[in-house]
Amino acid sequence: MSVPILEVVDLHAAYGRIEVLRGVDLTVPRGAVVALLGPNGGGKSTLLKVISGQMDKTSGDIHLGGVHVSGAKPDDLARLGLTTVPEGRSVFPNLSVEENLLLISYAGVSADKVYDTAYSYFPKLKQRRFQLAGTLSGGEQQMLAMARALSSDPALLLLDELSMGLAPLIVDELYETVGQIAESGVSILVVEQFARTALKVSDYAAVMTGGRVVATGEPDEINDIMADVILGGAA
Amino acid sequence: MPLLHVDDVVVRFGGVTAVNQASFEVESGTITGLIGPNGAGKTTCFNVITGLQAPTSGRVLLDGKNITRMPVPRRARHGMGRTFQRLEAFGSLTVEDNVRVALDVHEGLRGMMRPDDEATFQRIDELLDRVGILGYAEERADSVPTGTARLLEVARALACNPRLLLLDEPSSGLDEAETDAFGNLLLELAAEGRTILMVEHDMDLVMRVCHEIHVLDFGSIIATGTPEEIRNSPVVQKAYLGYSEDETAELPVTEEVAR
Amino acid sequence: MSEFISYTFIGIFTGAAYAIAASGLVLTYSTTRVFNIAHGAVGMLFAFVYWDFSVKQDIPIWLSLILVLFVAAPLFGVFVQRVLARGLGSAPVSVSLVVTVGLLVGLIGIAQQIWPAEDRSLPQFFRGHLIHLGDVVITWHQVITVVLSVMVAMGLFLLLSGTRIGTAMRASVDNPDLLQLYGGRPQVVAALAWAVGSSLAALAGILLAPVVGLQYFDLTLLVISAYAAAMLGKLTNLPMTYLGAMALGIGQSYVVGYLQDIPFSDKVPGLPAVIPTLFLFAILVLLPQAPLRVGQVKGMVSAPVPTLGTAVVWGAALVAGVMVLASMLSGSNLLLVGTAATYAIVMLSLVLLTGYGGYVSLAQFTFAGVGAVAYAKIDQPNLFGLLVAVLAAAAVGALVAIPVLRLTGLYLALATLAFAQLMDKLLFQSALAFEFNNPLEAERLSVFGLKLDGTGAYAVMMTIFFVIIALVVLAVRQGPLGRILVAVRDSPAAAGTLGIDMRWLRVGLFAGSAGIAGLAGALFAGLRGTIVAFDFQFFASLLLLLMAVVWGVTSVTGAALGGIFMMYLPVAQSDNPSIAGLLFVLLGVGAVILARDPNGLANLLFKLPGWLEDDVYPAIARRLPALSLPRRSRGDDDDLDLTEETPVSQEEVNPDAVAAR
Repeated sequence: MSVPILEVVDLHAAYGRIEVLRGVDLTVPRGAVVALLGPNGGGKSTLLKVISGQMDKTSGDIHLGGVHVSGAKPDDLARLGLTTVPEGRSVFPNLSVEENLLLISYAGVSADKVYDTAYSYFPKLKQRRFQLAGTLSGGEQQMLAMARALSSDPALLLLDELSMGLAPLIVDELYETVGQIAESGVSILVVEQFARTALKVSDYAAVMTGGRVVATGEPDEINDIMADVILGGAA
Repeated sequence: MPLLHVDDVVVRFGGVTAVNQASFEVESGTITGLIGPNGAGKTTCFNVITGLQAPTSGRVLLDGKNITRMPVPRRARHGMGRTFQRLEAFGSLTVEDNVRVALDVHEGLRGMMRPDDEATFQRIDELLDRVGILGYAEERADSVPTGTARLLEVARALACNPRLLLLDEPSSGLDEAETDAFGNLLLELAAEGRTILMVEHDMDLVMRVCHEIHVLDFGSIIATGTPEEIRNSPVVQKAYLGYSEDETAELPVTEEVAR
Repeated sequence: MSEFISYTFIGIFTGAAYAIAASGLVLTYSTTRVFNIAHGAVGMLFAFVYWDFSVKQDIPIWLSLILVLFVAAPLFGVFVQRVLARGLGSAPVSVSLVVTVGLLVGLIGIAQQIWPAEDRSLPQFFRGHLIHLGDVVITWHQVITVVLSVMVAMGLFLLLSGTRIGTAMRASVDNPDLLQLYGGRPQVVAALAWAVGSSLAALAGILLAPVVGLQYFDLTLLVISAYAAAMLGKLTNLPMTYLGAMALGIGQSYVVGYLQDIPFSDKVPGLPAVIPTLFLFAILVLLPQAPLRVGQVKGMVSAPVPTLGTAVVWGAALVAGVMVLASMLSGSNLLLVGTAATYAIVMLSLVLLTGYGGYVSLAQFTFAGVGAVAYAKIDQPNLFGLLVAVLAAAAVGALVAIPVLRLTGLYLALATLAFAQLMDKLLFQSALAFEFNNPLEAERLSVFGLKLDGTGAYAVMMTIFFVIIALVVLAVRQGPLGRILVAVRDSPAAAGTLGIDMRWLRVGLFAGSAGIAGLAGALFAGLRGTIVAFDFQFFASLLLLLMAVVWGVTSVTGAALGGIFMMYLPVAQSDNPSIAGLLFVLLGVGAVILARDPNGLANLLFKLPGWLEDDVYPAIARRLPALSLPRRSRGDDDDLDLTEETPVSQEEVNPDAVAAR
């Protein structure tokens, strides 16, 4: 088996004295899509923040493509091929669509290539390219965010709660795009509260509660236990 | 008559609608749960009820009285207390002084003038003991664990003797035993005649203590019922877990929320 | 008609210069969230640098301009960003205010140090060449300024809209963290913003210096016009900023031009000078309200609060110490002791307002001035007159707080700055107060019929007042009110939901704080016998804030130490004119270093006893067993060790230093 693209070992992290990650172990094999599920406050988003360099860990290790990354800044990681689409609308609302796309070129691809990729996947964005991103609908904003995932040609893609605040049909469209990205061979770690939606596109799944990974397995196995995890078990 | 009536409340932030014509009631003396997926607008609802956020439209009635435009501090004097999802303890004060501030304020000028008598300390200790954090009384509030800080916010709110207590994710940061004890406390408070509205993600706790549950999704109430009804509601399951492929086709095409 | 047109041209010229300054301010603020109060001081400094190059060293004008605008100023901007402003955007507003006020004072110090006061003038561009348009005459300097402002506007537009780094600058306004996830480097973006901002400040300084004069303070304060213009664009919108600058420039020009036609204008001779300030105040008050911050538990580590018993003992010791001094020192030195007490009392007003309440005020000396003027005007040199002075100052304090009830943080601090400037130029210069820098006479206070004529007795009395107010401030901190102040500072949202009406609390706090400052002013008036407007200039309030931060704004001890050094600063400057500027620099640097720790140097003193007992004493005891004393309680150690080991050595300093704890 080849070296996994992401390996997290016994990771701890805290906000002040409040420990949020209490020993997380997680592996994303090269080329695989892993869904990270679980209730709110379980530590999913915090884990993504630590992996992407936005937050410091207190102990443990993170290996990206077999290389130990520690204390690397988010912009360094981004230029090394880690693309993170954070929770919420991860676009710059007061820049036009095209200006948002221009900034993607910081990841090391030419601006023209970014425009080509983004507009061919989402023709709607081309129609609105001079419009301010903040005036787009939620779904269109998320498309713009996904354009970065598509065109920055990442080694590893981290997606956090793509579905937040979006109508189900839009969410499904977005996940179709995630599926397309996965088919092109990109490794993806996707955090999602809508378990069923995320499980459709993933190869493996892990469940986090209380700052730890409490279950891992094939999508079907995990799907069976999710209703209990989220809505509570026996009365 | 319900103690709290949220009537057709809409909150827009720029182009995003956080709360979309939400209407629900909280009956006096009950524990009511307000649940829903992330970003459904629960905390925004709380902010509207307590006055920290002005609604774009709609009304909030407390005991039949329209309080939509009432300033925040006056709502407290009308018997409303709350805790926060993101902790808002007074970090530079000790745990005990956090409660003391609330007692002083609650008693108005008398509280300002009152010497530090034994009765005050007793009252503070009682409140801290009640939520189970008496052992932390003399520590600074910014140095206690998150669960303790949440319980402190509950004690602080109780110091003002509220009729209506709004709890925003009170159990996060508590372990299982603490959550159990907290559930018992909630039931006691309700038995005393206090009304509790609670946003909570621990479904075991919600199902155990709530008399009624409202489910918020995309800023609107999509279901209301007893814990049993809510657990078995397909609408709620969909809201929480998303949709499988075959189901999607049958869904009505809803307008997107964030327009 | 031609008069009107020429006023309009002058206004456009002024507006254009304001616009250049303001756009630099906006660029820095919007990219890094640091409001640079020292923006004007940067312009002042580089106007001097340009004078040095072009006039003193006779370097050709074009080369001087290139050296200043494209080399020195940008490098300076990058230096400030890297060294002073790093991480400031996410720090509390009070910290970034103190750091940039420190920079302002430091830059004035640098300018005074390198270019000591003398007559200098910077010639206008193409001096003597005029353009005649009918009856209207305009200068080439004016034309060039307007052309440059248009070029700056176009340049900024091209930078921000046409380049990737400019786009990144605008992106970092919205969300610097996300920019990092895109792979952009916010530090580089911030450095560029500071470089361009600094260069634009320099350009504005160079254009305005020939018109307003090459002065340390006038050029520095011109930035208030830039604040006002920038505020119209909410500190982020460049086109609105240009509009604001133009409206301001033209409006100001008309007021100056048609002053004699404005009713009652002879009563307020300072009116033209404060047009920008009035504009700023109006915009601040009319700005839409910011929502309440809902954040996290973030306490502030405060200096330890002594018990009242301990404080009384130290207070008595301080009074006794000053009594001893009173019998030893000459009259002029006793005046200095009294002055130190004055400043220390004003510092106490900051302890209450900033140390406990968390509000930054840049107007404390203005409140002191109100107290002094009221005391002098009412001419009742007794406790009644003093009370009137205190109430007058308190009323003015409340009056400032009411229109700005909704404001927080930066906007509130700027409002106090604007207010101080308004009072300086309008009220203090009017017939109600000093009437064009005339001195006012005041008599020394009698307490219950006992007239304190001797300067020594008066100084002792002022010390007693300091001790009493210090005790009151400490009592407030320990009582319910003090807890409420801290609660509101830590979490306004939670305090509100508990039923605390923080807006009226703030009015009360400002009134109380202003009352204390007013008391200091009244006592000062009696001490000096004559007071002048200069004593209460708002620049002194800036120094006071820095002193408070350096020595500790959370403790009464810090107030005492700060008061002494506030008194000592001008003394040291006149004793050693060769390093007068350096002392300002030192103060500025100290404030920049200590800005993040509001407890200041005083807190080091508090840690001293523990350090002495735990580390020093055992070491001494080990080496010199003969000296080893039987161990006593820590409280006793405090007395002994502090008096002997305090690092401050002036004899007047020592008793205050220890006593106020």
